[in-house]
Amino acid sequence: MARAPIHIAALISASLACSASADELVPYTIVGDGIPASLTGSTSDATRGRALVLARTTTCMLCHSGPFPETRFQGDLAPDLAGAGNRWSASQLRLRLVDASRFNPDTIMPSYYRNDGLVRVGRNFAGKPILSAAEIEDIVAFLATLRD
Amino acid sequence: MIVWRAIAAAIFLVTGPALLAAEIPPDARRSGYAFMGPDTRAMQDDDTANPGMLFVLDGEQLWKKKTGSADRACADCHGDARTSMKGVAARYPAFDKALGRPVTLDQRINLCRAIHQQATPLPYETRDLLALSAFVAHQSRGNPITAGDDPQLKPFVDQGRDLFMQREGQLNLACTNCHDDNFDKRLAGAPITQGQPTGYPLYRLEWQTLGSLERRLRSCMSGVRAQAYDYGSPELVALELYLMSRARGLPMETPAVRP
Repeated sequence: MARAPIHIAALISASLACSASADELVPYTIVGDGIPASLTGSTSDATRGRALVLARTTTCMLCHSGPFPETRFQGDLAPDLAGAGNRWSASQLRLRLVDASRFNPDTIMPSYYRNDGLVRVGRNFAGKPILSAAEIEDIVAFLATLRD
Repeated sequence: MIVWRAIAAAIFLVTGPALLAAEIPPDARRSGYAFMGPDTRAMQDDDTANPGMLFVLDGEQLWKKKTGSADRACADCHGDARTSMKGVAARYPAFDKALGRPVTLDQRINLCRAIHQQATPLPYETRDLLALSAFVAHQSRGNPITAGDDPQLKPFVDQGRDLFMQREGQLNLACTNCHDDNFDKRLAGAPITQGQPTGYPLYRLEWQTLGSLERRLRSCMSGVRAQAYDYGSPELVALELYLMSRARGLPMETPAVRP
């Protein structure tokens, strides 16, 4: 019985920690042309990553196309994602999602894990990155499976 | 070596800014009409099928209707719009001497209401304002756009151009990234146009109604997850002015139909 309140207190403090860290990004280390370490340190889910890539809210399919026969709403402003896992390592894919402007400052690909240096961000999005660290990891896991 | 470097530097100085600007040359400017399918084109071309024409007809009635404390109609001062309004919308936004800044056609209609009709302003995107705007702009159908030619407008055109080139929002994209650099490509399957505002106010099938260029600009801003400027704000007027000057020479199409 005595353990229950402690457990609840731990849950509350954990959820507070989560909401407090909503505006703070997980620090990451760039090595060469990638980020070798996972942003979350926990296991990622390629199936969830596939669903995320296809979800309108992540914006991937606005510009990219890929081996997704179920959707005809695909963009052609950016490279086809087919074979992405051959072209790039997980480390390279991670940095390309986190901050593609490192490779080309004029790129139209947004930096998906960034929350500063932006202009007139809409109220609902202010201070938040486009994708969470966990979402980036799931998408990286999925893209790494796209091999020709 | 030094000579070659000097030549290379000179070439860079000459071509550098032009490369950065990436603006569409006049002879390559194309209306959104050129990007749409045959069904939507046919709907725009046939006045009996074009839903925007219903607004034009409403606007014609409003033009003749006396209103405000002055009990005066647009027609009482301006007469037959077919002659008095011909080519007018192709010059808007235009410089207003009293205000010292450009005003849009919508703002001009509301200024006329306030000053000459002593009537309350019509709120943005209301049926009556869209109808009057559509009726006036329809009188310029086929006229080439000349907005922005007035030298007094220069600083405002420049402001609009800067806004067009400015990356913004969570997605960190500028108008120019799509509408100068990537027109003809497809965003989630839909063709990207040059963003030439030739037919406003226009009937957008997605909206199921007529809407202003400001509405369109605000929805693009929401698309890149930016805080949209308010209707009638100096920024939206400057953007509208820059876009119209950028469309110089293209014929007016009001009321256009777009997907």
